[in-house]
Amino acid sequence: MTEVGLRGSFSAPVAGVARRRSRRRAGSAGYFFVAGYAILLVAFGIVPTLYAFYLAFTNEKGQFTGLNQFVKVVQDYRFAPAFLHVGVYLVLWLAILMVLTVTVAIILRGRLRPGLSAALRFLYYIPGALAGVASVLVWLFMLDPSVSPAAGLLRLFGFESFAQVLGPANLPVIFVLIAFWTGAGGWIVVMYGALNNIPDDVLEAARIDGAGAWKTARYIQIPMIGKWIAYMAILAFAGGTQLFIEPQMLQTASLGRLDPAWSPNQLAYVLAFRYGDFNGAAAVSLILLVLGLICAGLLVRRSGLFKVDSE
Amino acid sequence: MKLSSPPRSTVAALCATIVVTLTTLAACAPADTSTAPAASSASFTPAPQDESAKITVWADSTRLPAVQAYQKSHPDAKLDIVTYDGSADGSTYLQTKIQLFDRTGSGWPDVVFAAPTDVTWASAPTGPSAQAFAAPLNQGLVPQSTLDNFAKGSLTPCEFGGGTYCLRNDIAQVVTWYNKKLMDSFGYTVPTTWEQYQALGAKVAKEHPGYLLGAVGDTNSQESYFWSSQCPAFNLTSPDTLRTDLQDPHCTRMATLLDSMVANGSVSKDAFFGQSFAQQHGSKVLMAVGPSWYGQYLFNSAFKTPAGQIAAAAPLTWDGDPTVATGNVGGGIWMVSSHSKNLKSATDLVSWLTTSNENQASAPTYPAYTPAATAWLANPVNSKYFANDVSSAFQAAANAVWPGWSNTRFSDATAWSSVVLPALTAGKTLTATLPAWQTAIENEAKAAGYTVTTK
Repeated sequence: MTEVGLRGSFSAPVAGVARRRSRRRAGSAGYFFVAGYAILLVAFGIVPTLYAFYLAFTNEKGQFTGLNQFVKVVQDYRFAPAFLHVGVYLVLWLAILMVLTVTVAIILRGRLRPGLSAALRFLYYIPGALAGVASVLVWLFMLDPSVSPAAGLLRLFGFESFAQVLGPANLPVIFVLIAFWTGAGGWIVVMYGALNNIPDDVLEAARIDGAGAWKTARYIQIPMIGKWIAYMAILAFAGGTQLFIEPQMLQTASLGRLDPAWSPNQLAYVLAFRYGDFNGAAAVSLILLVLGLICAGLLVRRSGLFKVDSE
Repeated sequence: MKLSSPPRSTVAALCATIVVTLTTLAACAPADTSTAPAASSASFTPAPQDESAKITVWADSTRLPAVQAYQKSHPDAKLDIVTYDGSADGSTYLQTKIQLFDRTGSGWPDVVFAAPTDVTWASAPTGPSAQAFAAPLNQGLVPQSTLDNFAKGSLTPCEFGGGTYCLRNDIAQVVTWYNKKLMDSFGYTVPTTWEQYQALGAKVAKEHPGYLLGAVGDTNSQESYFWSSQCPAFNLTSPDTLRTDLQDPHCTRMATLLDSMVANGSVSKDAFFGQSFAQQHGSKVLMAVGPSWYGQYLFNSAFKTPAGQIAAAAPLTWDGDPTVATGNVGGGIWMVSSHSKNLKSATDLVSWLTTSNENQASAPTYPAYTPAATAWLANPVNSKYFANDVSSAFQAAANAVWPGWSNTRFSDATAWSSVVLPALTAGKTLTATLPAWQTAIENEAKAAGYTVTTK
């Protein structure tokens, strides 16, 4: 994610030169470098997706079923609650992610001494280095009042036991906490990079015109990194709809106090591996894919993410 | 410059085409071809046999020493032993793996230790081209005389359509556990009926607040309490018809009883096996209604109660109800794969594990095989921890497990843990939660292909 972001922001002025050079030396080396990614993408990205398409439109016997698999999973009693759960989670997660990462990045960029700013960026990024499973483990301890270092805080909110913390209404908040803790640091770094990309003369002009910190942020900085915010929203939305490891781990760790089909991805997992319904599972995952694409399409259109500056 | 977008009419036409196409597609083959697994005749096509083939054994860590002991006493047997979670606490690891092996057509273990719920899916094919994972052991693999020696009803969870698809390793009959030392020092007598149990709860709440007569927060508490109460929550009236009626008096009487005891604090809403229970309340557990393995696993290992304090009594009864009935919490089974290339070795291993005194007399849990159970009770290792002779209580309970709580294709723990327990934690009563529990069971049952009825 980060790589793509940085490359995008720095390569624009030299793009023409690079293109001319690469056209001249279009040898096999390029293919070689692309191959590593392309082969993996085909093997573990494109082929499985096509297989999911095949499964979602057929039944166990391989007969063509049209939309019947989709109708079946939508009518499943777990379908609506799973999407509702993830819907609540996404609204919270996206809102908090957008507001906090951008705010923090702007403060880090303009209000702090460079050394402190760098130290803080590093600090924010550390939790992101943990894998999903490890971060859930950390939170299992954080959220259990009998062992948590923040037990006092939990008790202040009226939580006396781990079971109470895991009340159904608290789950989206818990998953937002975990996601923010692991994911926001990386995005703060990306947003910081994007803010760096705003030419100093623009900011200086704003200052001369009498814009304070708030107005600069509101009318200059945020609009100018709008594409990055949209980019973050697309990836966060796609990642959020695929919520799986966190509820699955909590489900196991709490000895089944969570619905095993809490999120749509878990529903797909349950359908495939508990009921042997791989076709239904594929239908659920295609629904997630379509939702992700629609959201991405809307954001790309609205933000002009792929619009080339020169046009 | 703006990117040119297609004219709106084109978009509309495109959408219309898609809608029409999709509507036409909707009239295709049905999504669900599999009718509920019918009671198929219990037979299978064995793989080509090779008596020297290595067999793969999947066991949980508790039964690992038993398999290793077999290897020691049978040096010629070629075993590849793998430990996994043994399907404890509603885990579906085994089912997940078998589903995948069925799709890839290879990789199945030869022998597995699992939970009774696993037999419900393992005894039926997982797909049109698959063969049921479990081999029917009564079809020439294990002699009928051996099968007849298992405790009454203990093989019922293994039996489907005339096939016996597993051998029961142990039973987990629910008995009445109590701390004899504490009971004596408080001057209480051990209750023999549920009504006395409830009355004792009220007394303890007044005289010794903080002491507990039970806990309902475990994933299997419903089996200790509602199964013992003969509540028709998971009652298969035919292979594909599930009767679930939580408003039945057999259910409501238990819910009311527990509600009163939870309210006065004599029964905890927490889980015995929860993270901090042993540390916070372990020494204050005066009684526990629970399976035969509570003695070693709860009191000895988890609570570290010193030897000579814990005793077991026969299951509680209800005033005016002559039936002696109790629940069952777990109790593992062994299955042999129908895909095994060495059925002879696999069957031999499973028979030795479940029926030999050599293994079962020192097994960690109460054997389902009756002659082995006698040997188990006679083994001082199994009785020296207790303050009384647990034999009569264990044997009485072993033959009183209520058969109306069926082995269904879905776990009886999911709805209890994910619907009932969170509601209890949030302060609702069990009585008020019964309808939600009922709905959750009905939904799961329908998804698993059952017809649900309340009658």
